[in-house]
Amino acid sequence: MNSLTGTRTLVRLALRRDRIMLPVWVVVLGLVPASTAGAYDQLYPEAKDRASLAVGGNNPAVAVLYGKAYDLTTAGGFTAWRYGVFLGVFIGLMATFTVMRHTRSEEDTGRLELLSAGVLGRNASLTAAVLVSGGASILIGLVQVLAMAGSGLSATGSLALGAGVAACGLVFTGVAAIAAQVFTYSRTANGVSCAVIGVLFLLRAVGDSSPSAQWASWLSPIGWIELSRPFAGERFWVLLLPLVLAGLLVAVAFQLQPRRDVGAGLVPPRPGPATAAAGLRSPFALAWRLHRGPLIGWTLAMLVIGGVFGAIATGIGDLVGSSEQTRVMFERMGGAQGIVDAYIGALGGIYGLTAGVYAVQATLRMRAEESALLLEPLLATKVTRGRWAASHLAFAILGPAVLLAAVGLGTGLTYGLRIHDVGTQVPRVLGATLAQLPAVLVMAALAALLFGLLPNLTGLSWAVLTVFLLITLFGPILQVSQAVLDVSPFSHVPKLPAAAFTATPLLWLTGIAVVVFAGAFAGFRRRDIG
Amino acid sequence: MTTAISVSGLVKTFGRTRALDGLDLTVRTGEVHGFLGPNGAGKSTTIRVLLGLLRADSGDVTLLDGNPWHDVAALHRRLAYVPGDVALWPTLSGGEVIDLLGRLRGGLDAKRRADLLERFELDPTKKGRTYSKGNRQKVALVAALASDVELLLLDEPTSGLDPVMEAVFQECINEERERGRTVLLSSHILAEVEALCDRVSIIRDGRTVESGTLSELRHLTRTSITAELAGAPNGLADLPGVHDLKAEGDRVKFEVDSDKLDAVLQALARTGVRSLTSQPPTLEELFLRHYADELAPNGKHTAAVSR
Repeated sequence: MNSLTGTRTLVRLALRRDRIMLPVWVVVLGLVPASTAGAYDQLYPEAKDRASLAVGGNNPAVAVLYGKAYDLTTAGGFTAWRYGVFLGVFIGLMATFTVMRHTRSEEDTGRLELLSAGVLGRNASLTAAVLVSGGASILIGLVQVLAMAGSGLSATGSLALGAGVAACGLVFTGVAAIAAQVFTYSRTANGVSCAVIGVLFLLRAVGDSSPSAQWASWLSPIGWIELSRPFAGERFWVLLLPLVLAGLLVAVAFQLQPRRDVGAGLVPPRPGPATAAAGLRSPFALAWRLHRGPLIGWTLAMLVIGGVFGAIATGIGDLVGSSEQTRVMFERMGGAQGIVDAYIGALGGIYGLTAGVYAVQATLRMRAEESALLLEPLLATKVTRGRWAASHLAFAILGPAVLLAAVGLGTGLTYGLRIHDVGTQVPRVLGATLAQLPAVLVMAALAALLFGLLPNLTGLSWAVLTVFLLITLFGPILQVSQAVLDVSPFSHVPKLPAAAFTATPLLWLTGIAVVVFAGAFAGFRRRDIG
Repeated sequence: MTTAISVSGLVKTFGRTRALDGLDLTVRTGEVHGFLGPNGAGKSTTIRVLLGLLRADSGDVTLLDGNPWHDVAALHRRLAYVPGDVALWPTLSGGEVIDLLGRLRGGLDAKRRADLLERFELDPTKKGRTYSKGNRQKVALVAALASDVELLLLDEPTSGLDPVMEAVFQECINEERERGRTVLLSSHILAEVEALCDRVSIIRDGRTVESGTLSELRHLTRTSITAELAGAPNGLADLPGVHDLKAEGDRVKFEVDSDKLDAVLQALARTGVRSLTSQPPTLEELFLRHYADELAPNGKHTAAVSR
């Protein structure tokens, strides 16, 4: 028996457990880039349209989100610019969740212990997780290459983009593999890996939008996708960077693994207090203990993200008036007059979706508690189901409000400081971000409804959020019909500060959220626990 | 109030599985009631219905004169529950969990908490997962036993405890009985049930198959007799209720149905008895009689396990 014995069995077990999740990732991430090819020809039929698009694409404020545009005169170049960065982020999430599900989560639940007692090599579990996640990354890249080349884009460019995305997936497989060794709980390890993705996204956002800090993009594996210049004079050697880094990260993970015990992390747990603080006497106090760590982390992250995007906002002021195309571009993205206001409006949508991720996570904490058998002992006390659910939902409702305030504050402060007008800008930007709250609440309510009625399908909440995200981010540029846009609650939020404030859609969204929450409570009161 | 728990005709299905199929259970106030049954018989499901976690499909359930589904908060102030599979929050220490659960039940006796921690040799400063299974169970046990409640619902509470801790647990349950608390104890440890329980219910496939005091149940099974007689054991084999008779000269060894014991002993006395040992049926035999009849044809397994 060597250290890899049993890897094949574990890979098969992982594929069996992920038989729905992985194909969804592969199909969605694999086919998304190819789907633009046709839309590009419709949206920008003339050389004139394409030239103006190129001007807009090189605007630093656009580059913050989408990356630098190298060649927007071809469908391929447009695709690489529009999707490269996002594909890097999403394949990173895929790799993180996949690796964690088959390493740290298995240890958390004690299942790995059961397996380890069988004929299983010491490295089998980590190897299997790396193989599955790495294999999925490569498969996604392959599907992208075939689909893009198949829809008429240049084969070389398709290869560069697909390989770049796949290599990015390999890097984040390595990141997750290390996080799984260092941290004792999958929740922490997942959070840290996602934070790494966020930091690397920001790093390239800074590099892509600030001429003086272009080197920052070179520090980010997400930036490497665009730096290999798919469809714009490919530089395949850039792809060696992620391959070497992925190899190094995975090697480090394997070095760390023998230094710890099964079930333990590298960071040893500290003893806690022998008695509970006087305040720990209600389900809300317990919920605060469970939610405060993630909430504080998210709030700080949102402040930083807001600060970065706010600081960059001034860069686009230079373009005002000089480029009609930029303005048109922003209107397509959901903005209105005033380039900066349009930029802030577009950011608001992204912030809203980000807060939506937190809202779903906080709501689904209820299901996690239930599955981990932590709900049962609580409901055996005088705590009622309604009170327990309310204490968790307080975080799903107030948490996003805090996050939207933090990100609005960050954006408004740095932008205000740059243009010496903090007093006006902070409330304006805060208004734009807080206006997203009703849409976020609808998302939280939908997740709660699944928890109340169909607890086994709470994972669908993420699918719903993804649909909203795709509609909000890519719907306007793909010119999908209004009926499709209307599906996402985020489409109904007024694009403040440029657009006029209208309370009607916000009241409607809030009303819908209230009704759906009520349905969730009613369902949860009636169903079986467990 | 003389009945703490009264369940009759309880049915609970999960999809196509019929977990409880007309279960009956009566627990009198102040007694320690053993709740026995093979794995998957429906013990935990019954306890979850009693806690209002599951909704019964049909049947009557009364708990402390209330309805466990509707009167949740009022009833739960008066009871404490130890689940079979104790999970703890990873970021909370054992001491914090004990205090939290106690406060949510409506009060914790601080002196008793300290006393129990010492007796169970539990370190309350460790966090969630760093506890072993046995220690997680101790956390739940201390939280339940230190709470000021009338009824304890214990679902295999000692499956992870070592023999020393098992003895401590038995002491604690006897103290609870002296205080007049009612205990429903689901268990697989028969010695524990024999030592602690006033009455026992045995369930199988979601149905109650036996219920009563241990001595009542013993009547339903067989006593082993070994005797040295004054003469040949004439006609013993033909007596009703005698099984597995082995005779060697004047020595006989057999099993007899407990309700036929009197007649058989009279027959032996007529022959003349020089020495006699009798072994009452153990709970294990009772148990196996109800559990194992799909494993062995009725009658044989009893002989196989007699000691």
